[in-house]
Amino acid sequence: MGVAETAVPPSAAHRWRQRLARVLREPLLGPLAALVIAIVVFASISSTFLTPFNMSLILQQSVVVGILAVGQTLIILTSGIDLSIGSVAVLGTIVMAQASGAQGPFVALIATFGVCVLLGALNGGLVTVLRLPPFIVTLGTFTAIQAATRLLAGSQTYQVPDGGPLTFLGTTFRVLGFTTTYGVAVMILVYLVVGYALSQTAWGKHVYAVGGSIQASRLSGIKAGRTLFSVYVVTGVIAAIAAWAALGRIPNADPNAYQNANLETITAVVIGGTSLFGGRGGVVGTLIGTLIVGVLRNGLTQAGVDSLYQNIATGILVILAVTVDQFARRRSL
Amino acid sequence: MTGNVAGAGPVGENRMLPDDGAAEPPVLEAHGLVKKYGNVTAINGADFELRGAEVLAVVGDNGAGKSSLIKALAGALVPDAGEILMGGQKMHFRNTRDARAAGIETVYQDLAVIPALDIASNVFLGREIRRRGIMGSLFRRLDMPRMRQESSSHLSDLKIGIRSVTQAVETLSGGQRQGVAVVRAAAFGRGVIIMDEPTAALGVKESGQVIDLIRSIRERGIPVVLISHDMPHVFEVADRIHVHRLGKRAGVIDPRTRSMSEVVALMTGAEQPTAGEAAGG
Repeated sequence: MGVAETAVPPSAAHRWRQRLARVLREPLLGPLAALVIAIVVFASISSTFLTPFNMSLILQQSVVVGILAVGQTLIILTSGIDLSIGSVAVLGTIVMAQASGAQGPFVALIATFGVCVLLGALNGGLVTVLRLPPFIVTLGTFTAIQAATRLLAGSQTYQVPDGGPLTFLGTTFRVLGFTTTYGVAVMILVYLVVGYALSQTAWGKHVYAVGGSIQASRLSGIKAGRTLFSVYVVTGVIAAIAAWAALGRIPNADPNAYQNANLETITAVVIGGTSLFGGRGGVVGTLIGTLIVGVLRNGLTQAGVDSLYQNIATGILVILAVTVDQFARRRSL
Repeated sequence: MTGNVAGAGPVGENRMLPDDGAAEPPVLEAHGLVKKYGNVTAINGADFELRGAEVLAVVGDNGAGKSSLIKALAGALVPDAGEILMGGQKMHFRNTRDARAAGIETVYQDLAVIPALDIASNVFLGREIRRRGIMGSLFRRLDMPRMRQESSSHLSDLKIGIRSVTQAVETLSGGQRQGVAVVRAAAFGRGVIIMDEPTAALGVKESGQVIDLIRSIRERGIPVVLISHDMPHVFEVADRIHVHRLGKRAGVIDPRTRSMSEVVALMTGAEQPTAGEAAGG
C-alpha cells in the first residue's frame, strides 16, 4: 500500500513500483504460490509426481468437486453458502441411472437436469422469497435430499451401461500429448463460461454487488432478488453437470458416494481466496483451490501419508485461507 | 433562482409567476403526502416544491420526517395518500427504479456503493452498457472500455481527482466515495438529484468539495435537493430552505432574509414562519 501512495511524479521506476504493489495486492497470488510450492515439493519427493499421467490423474480426480465448486463460488460470492450442492449431484446420479434403465439415456439426462435445477430453485426460493439464511436453508435441504436419495435408491447402487452417453464424460482423448477425459474438458468449459459471465456481463457485476451489499444493490436499482435466485438455479445446472461427470468417472450411481463433496467445494472456494463475506473472489481462485486440494491429496498419497493426515493438512489450509481473508477484509474497512 | 418574492400568494399560483422563467411548473412537487406505519405517522400531509436549477435544502429536527419525505420522492416508499408531480405531470413511483426512470437520482447517506467493485462498475451499476453487435446482444459482453472512459470524463467534469476508475471504491477516501456516488447520480440525473446528508461523514476539506460539487451540478441546470443538518453548509449553497417539522412542511424560507438561528427556531417550533413562508416561499 505504502509504495503506491508516494506522490512522486510518474517516472518509470515509480510505475514499476506501482505495478509491483498491484501484483503484491493481487488476491490470487497466495493460492497460486501455494499451488506452485506444493507441486515443487511433491515433484522433488517423488519421481512419478510430475508426469503427464499423474497430472492428468489429478485433474480427473478433481472433476466432480471442481465442477461443483464453481456453483459454490457463485453462492459464496452472494455471501451465501450451499451445504446441499454435493447431495443434489448425488441425487442427480441416482435419477440419471434409474431413468436410463427405464427411459433411455437422453430422458435420463433431461430428468437429471430438471431435478437438479428444481432443487436449486427450491434453495433459491427459500433464500430470496422467504429471506431465510442460506446456511440454514441448505442445511435443511441437504438433510432432506440425502434421505430422499437413499429412499429413492433403496440403499442400492445402480450400474449405468459403460460406453453410452451417460459415461461419455469419462471417455479419454489426447491433446498435446496429454491424455485426458471429456469430463476434464467440461470442467474447464464450466470455469470458462462462468468466469466469463462473472467478469464480462452485467449479471456478473450484479452477483458481486448483491454479495457486497444487498441493500446498496437494491438502492442502485439492481433486481437483487432475481439475481440471487438466478445464482441458485445456475448452481442447480452445475450440480447436474457434476452428476453427469461423476457417472463418467465411475459408472455406478451410489447414494453414499461423494459424502464430503459439500464441504470439499467450500474448501476449494475458500482456499482459492473467495471471501466468505461475499462480493470478492472468483472462479480462477476456485480452480487453483481445487487443484491445491487435488495436488495435496495425490502427492501425500504417493508419499504414503495416511488419508486422515491429508484431511488435517486440508483443514489447516482452510483455516489459513480464512485467516488471510479476515485480515484482508479488516484492512480494507 | 432564489424564491423571488416572499408571500407571492397561494402555492398553486407559483407556477404562474412571470419572472424567474417560472412559467413552467415546478420540476418536482408533492401535495398532501401521508405515510403511516401502524400508529406512527411519518409523513403528515407534507407539501414539497422544487424549481428548476435551484438547490433546495431540506432541514428539520431528528424525527421530523425528512427521510420519509425524501424516500417518497425517490420511490423508496409509496405514500398512503397525496400526489407527486414532475413538470406538472402526476407520477406513481412503485420503487426506486420508477423514480430513476423518471430522472430522479438519489445519493443515499450510506452511499449505496459497492466497496469491492471498481469505480466504473459502481458508476454504471444497474445501467451497464453492452458492446455493440453480436458480442453484446448474444454474449451479453459489457463495454468496459466505454464505461471506464465515460466514468472518468464524468469524474473530471465534476472536478473529482481520481487517478484511475479501475480502482476499487474501498480504496478511496470518504470524500472521494461521496464523489463517486454523486457522479453516478449526476451522470444519469436528467431531472433531479437528491442528496441525503452528503457531508455528514466528511471532514472540513472534503465537505467543501461536496459543496462545490453541488454548485457545479446546479450550474449544469440540474436542481438539487439537499437534506442536511449542517446549517453553515445549507446557508452556503441553498437557494431556498424547506423547513420540515412534525411530518410536514412548516415553510420554505429564503436564506438571505433569515439567519441560521431563526431557521433553527423554525425547526424546533420556537418561532413561526411568516404567512408567505408557510405557503411555500
